[in-house]
Amino acid sequence: MKKNGAQILIDALLKEGVEVIFGYPGGSVLPLTDLLYESTLKVIQVRHEQGAAHAADGYARSTGKVGVCLATSGPGATNLVTGIATAFMDSVPMVAITGQVKTGLIGNDAFQEADVTGITRPITKHNYLVKDITQFASIIKEAFYIASTGRPGPVLIDVPVDIQIQETEFVYPETVNMRSYKPPLNGDSVQIQKALRLISQSERPVIYSGGGVIISGASEQLREFALKFNIPVTTTLLGLGAFPEDNELSLGMLGMHGTVYANNAIMESDLIIAIGARFDDRVTGKISEFAPYAKIIHIDIDPSAISKNVAVDVPIVGDAKHILLELNKEVTQSDLGDWLLKIKEWKNKYPLVYSRSSGKISPQYVVEQIDKITKSDAIICTEVGQNQMWAAQYYQYTKPRTFISSGGLGTMGYGFPAAIGAKVAMPDKVVFDIAGDGSIQMNIQELATAVENKINVKIVILNNSYLGMVRQWQELFYHKRYAYTPISGPDFVKLAQSYGAVGLRVEKEEDVAKVLEQAIALPNVVVIDFIIDPGANVLPMVPAGEAINRMIGGMS
Amino acid sequence: MKHTIAALVDNKPGVLARISGLFSARGFNIDSLAVGETNDPTVSRMTIIVDAKDERILEQIKKQLHKLIDIITVLDLTEKEFFERELVLIKVNGQNTDNLQSAIEKFSAKVLSADEKTTIIEAVGSRAEISELLNGLKDIGISELVRTGRIAIAK
Repeated sequence: MKKNGAQILIDALLKEGVEVIFGYPGGSVLPLTDLLYESTLKVIQVRHEQGAAHAADGYARSTGKVGVCLATSGPGATNLVTGIATAFMDSVPMVAITGQVKTGLIGNDAFQEADVTGITRPITKHNYLVKDITQFASIIKEAFYIASTGRPGPVLIDVPVDIQIQETEFVYPETVNMRSYKPPLNGDSVQIQKALRLISQSERPVIYSGGGVIISGASEQLREFALKFNIPVTTTLLGLGAFPEDNELSLGMLGMHGTVYANNAIMESDLIIAIGARFDDRVTGKISEFAPYAKIIHIDIDPSAISKNVAVDVPIVGDAKHILLELNKEVTQSDLGDWLLKIKEWKNKYPLVYSRSSGKISPQYVVEQIDKITKSDAIICTEVGQNQMWAAQYYQYTKPRTFISSGGLGTMGYGFPAAIGAKVAMPDKVVFDIAGDGSIQMNIQELATAVENKINVKIVILNNSYLGMVRQWQELFYHKRYAYTPISGPDFVKLAQSYGAVGLRVEKEEDVAKVLEQAIALPNVVVIDFIIDPGANVLPMVPAGEAINRMIGGMS
Repeated sequence: MKHTIAALVDNKPGVLARISGLFSARGFNIDSLAVGETNDPTVSRMTIIVDAKDERILEQIKKQLHKLIDIITVLDLTEKEFFERELVLIKVNGQNTDNLQSAIEKFSAKVLSADEKTTIIEAVGSRAEISELLNGLKDIGISELVRTGRIAIAK
């Protein structure tokens, strides 16, 4: 049956199991939005295209499904760029659909024209400009396949407005076979045997687990692996939730704002088993001094992640789940008593601590209360900065896909629209955005989206009237010259109310728990403005460029 | 160290931009790059001469290239025995001097046109041969030079 481009796209999205699109209309997507209006696909209309990209990203991270966002040509598409780059850095499966000017006008500097495939080439896993309607269906099929397999990532499809109207026979391909793209799955068995040998010889092993474990759906296998071999586990920021932090083998997060015991364990380890992690500079600190005694096993689906930053002894390229299943077949007896004892000592000696003596609300306390009240069962989204690190440190993550944050790109303004996406995907979950007063102002317009669609996320603003993380660096490394970091904001309570949300303010520590409970109980979008201690810092901390066991602060 | 890499890629628009973008974004150095269709018209072959400081950077270049969706295979020809050739077109000043004649003979170059003012010659050779030829012609005076970039094939 002949169908036009717009109908082909909608039918293809339905075949891919897409339920919701986050988008914004415009001149170059009119044929498409006109048909979407009567389709069964749910469209969440945002207030700024960046919000659409982050919401699709939050939807994807909370479910593992491909998130879909839509924008018109030119400025609509360029507004998606930060969201696409955010998804690219954190390997989030996403398909971004953009309108483009008519094929005949491309390259003519037409109204609302931008070279979107050119602009997004370095920040997408792949992208397409549809020039021939007969190719459209297979492009969509490929786009979803590429976005969701291997190391996932965003794929952009740029669809000229005349392609949306042209007709062709619609046949949606059942399978994809690309000679140039064959993501690996199973690890090499020789390498797996080598890894097992190293593990059996190791006296001080550590598992360093990243976002790849969550993407691969391997949390269960990771837990089995760690428990079976009795190896302590530290996770990256994006790996939070892959291993239950209430397990005694958990070391929490490592790196710049990691725990002292995680960083110590890495530095004294004789074997690091890295799984779905990429030895990012925030994790390794000074690379030449990183883990001096350790051999390294690196399990990753992306060969280019291996030996990029540190030399690896045993690389295993493939899917974390498949490889962990293989490793878990090994029957083993290990005696790591001394090592585990040492780690226990570090844990006792250097717990995460914060001061509650300022008379103002401690931000860490707010996060702890959220953890307590939600029984570690909420989805926590964050912005970027101090709020993000406190949310990482003081909430106990026990399940995958419950911590959603922009790790690689570090995008302020990410958390709130991502929370909208997560709540749309998981309507029965309590979804928080833990924000700062700086970050929240970057995509505050999405309050209208949340209220209009009754997407009842709870926004916690840790309000210190500063761009806190930069202020912290200025305090420590720039002679306390607070250049451009004190910031004012609106009255967030009134602002929330003007959007039709509930706005609450908390200024005393004794009210924190009560107001959080109230906010969760309310069937509304709620903004809670916590006036926190402006001097609170994220500790412990590895100064940039130092070895990760040279931490300042946070030690009792 | 210089490495000769051959990449088989889908013959699609934008592939060259992806590759050149990758090199600039990641700070890799390209010495020379030549592209052309293969015996399969849906496949293009690129010969890329890269300058990699060390083994790790070379590995990264190969892996990052391979990661691009449109790239089918990446071969490091430097690992094996291979032939490398470049074609040059050279416009030299002046007439048929003895120097010019001996250079043409020595490198089996072809004279494409010659008049009192200029001679255009075509030569094919390895990098070393081409540099030697160009050196030999320096005194005569090269007024224009065009090079294809090197192409290579493994034995």
